[in-house]
Amino acid sequence: MTHEFLGRKVGMTQIFDEAGNRIPVTVVQAGPCTVVQKKTDETDGYTAVQLGFEDKKEKHTSKGEQGHFAKASVVPKRHLYEIRISAEDAEGLELGQELACGPIFEEVKKVDVTGKSKGRGFTGVIKRYGFKMGTASHGTHEFFRHGGAMSAGSYPGRVLPGKKMAGQHGNWNVTTSGLRLVRVDAEKNLLFIRGAVPGANNGLVRVRPSSR
Amino acid sequence: MESIQEIRDQGLRDDLPDFRAGDTVRVHVRITEGEKQRIQVFEGVVIARKRGGIHATFTVRKVSYGVGVERVFPLHGPVIEKIEVKSRGRVRRSRLFYLRELTGKAARIRDRRDKNPRKES
Repeated sequence: MTHEFLGRKVGMTQIFDEAGNRIPVTVVQAGPCTVVQKKTDETDGYTAVQLGFEDKKEKHTSKGEQGHFAKASVVPKRHLYEIRISAEDAEGLELGQELACGPIFEEVKKVDVTGKSKGRGFTGVIKRYGFKMGTASHGTHEFFRHGGAMSAGSYPGRVLPGKKMAGQHGNWNVTTSGLRLVRVDAEKNLLFIRGAVPGANNGLVRVRPSSR
Repeated sequence: MESIQEIRDQGLRDDLPDFRAGDTVRVHVRITEGEKQRIQVFEGVVIARKRGGIHATFTVRKVSYGVGVERVFPLHGPVIEKIEVKSRGRVRRSRLFYLRELTGKAARIRDRRDKNPRKES
């Protein structure tokens, strides 16, 4: 069963393995996630479960949403997401059931993590695409962080589509796959994932067993 | 939400003695050779301590058969069985990299006597 958990990136630290090696890890608090809605072939045309993460106050919830959560008789959730699962797997889940990441990730060796990368705003080509800087000396003036030439001249006589130029950098979804899951703290819903994970600390991330 | 600081602090060891740059220490290092595990002692002068909670390290320097040897240990790592402080030295800087240029008599470090000895932890 492919399961996906919504969580928050807590931050990075290091832990030691038995041999005394230092392992850089990112701590992710994954879940607990609550089943808010079950979608079936009959009613929706496909099977899926909608899961909620993190409580929010009723006064921050619209009347429509309140009704939606009341159907599953759960506290209103701040974040909702959906995972596609088979009908058999859906039978094992009940409305309002709280899923902890412990049992599901216990046997998992590798995970994929999706998060929203840190936004860097409108960025030049040096930072955005790693272009080389112009030379600082040899009489150069006003041409240090430029992207160089756009295209050839008479032929093609235009700038080709997809030309790398300045623009928005970051603040988009990034998936890092095949990260080693080093440790699972079932009690606190913490996953210790080797290496870095997209996004800022306290950012929302989605963690699932690796597809690789 | 869990705090990253708390998670970092969980791995900290509290069984290590208090020591600082200039002190001579005996570091008992766990060495795994295949199946077997044994303890090796590395004795020398602490020439630097780097802070940083769980990331903290310290550097020990000794002169072995006329060759200077320095090892950097992770302070909170399981590799360290224990640390013995053999003597305390009086030095005037926190990083004793100048010892690398000195040998013999010049590389000695004066003994430190604390007026108010800190409690051994």
